[in-house]
Amino acid sequence: MKFTTRGTEPQVIGVRETRIDSAVAIQFKDTMRETLSPAARRVILDLSEVEFIDSSGLGAIVAAKKSMAPGQQLDLAGLMPMVDKVFRLTRMDTIFALYPTLAEAEADAPPRLAGGTEG
Amino acid sequence: MAFRSGTDARAPDAACEALSLDIVATPQGVRAALARAAGMLSRADLCPTVQGCIELVLAEALNNVVEHAYSTSEGGRIAVRLDPRGETMLLELRDNGRPMPDLTLPEGQLRPLVGSGDLPEGGFGWYLIRRLAVRVTYRREAGTNVLQIEMPLGRQSKGI
Repeated sequence: MKFTTRGTEPQVIGVRETRIDSAVAIQFKDTMRETLSPAARRVILDLSEVEFIDSSGLGAIVAAKKSMAPGQQLDLAGLMPMVDKVFRLTRMDTIFALYPTLAEAEADAPPRLAGGTEG
Repeated sequence: MAFRSGTDARAPDAACEALSLDIVATPQGVRAALARAAGMLSRADLCPTVQGCIELVLAEALNNVVEHAYSTSEGGRIAVRLDPRGETMLLELRDNGRPMPDLTLPEGQLRPLVGSGDLPEGGFGWYLIRRLAVRVTYRREAGTNVLQIEMPLGRQSKGI
């Protein structure tokens, strides 16, 4: 599982894979855990190379979000049509901010940094 | 086909031949099957969304067999068939793993998403299958699970 990372605020993690499926879901979770910066309040996951995601891959991204500290936010950028569709069909668009491109995600002010106000 | 409308004469060219595969029930086997299926579907000249949904549903159905029917055994195999039938594409999976609990397909309800600490990390597979398919049937036949999923091929689909 190849990732790239740059910056800390926001931290941009790029997934350099074309598929996030059941064959790599566990590896994805592990690599995310190692890559996530505990210092970043906002993390943008760049999915622009991902052509296919299944429910295992979706679960792995949800697990990554749940592994983050309170006050950290995970946004998703560069979703190809089928990836976008999987997130919307499962209503995960209500949990994650979805941006068509990384540029749009970076240009957007953090919309709702959770800042420990949950619950 | 009987219900092709006159104004929409150019129905999707699903005249491609049926594809039969016999795969090993592992995530890698599923990947290989999906690659073969994608090749077959691309020859059917479908719109990208229709093709993408068929690949997704096939992936979910195959993953379920690997993770549940064969969860306690190794070396299982899955016979997969993609069969274009006019307005739909029939996906048929046969395996010799454990039967569905109560011989019944999961309902595939989407659980409510509340809070971020309690988000579900699984349970989306059957929801996606049921949401995107026009028909799903299951039967147990002499020790074999037979799952049939009909996917829409054309514009009269479920507004996907």
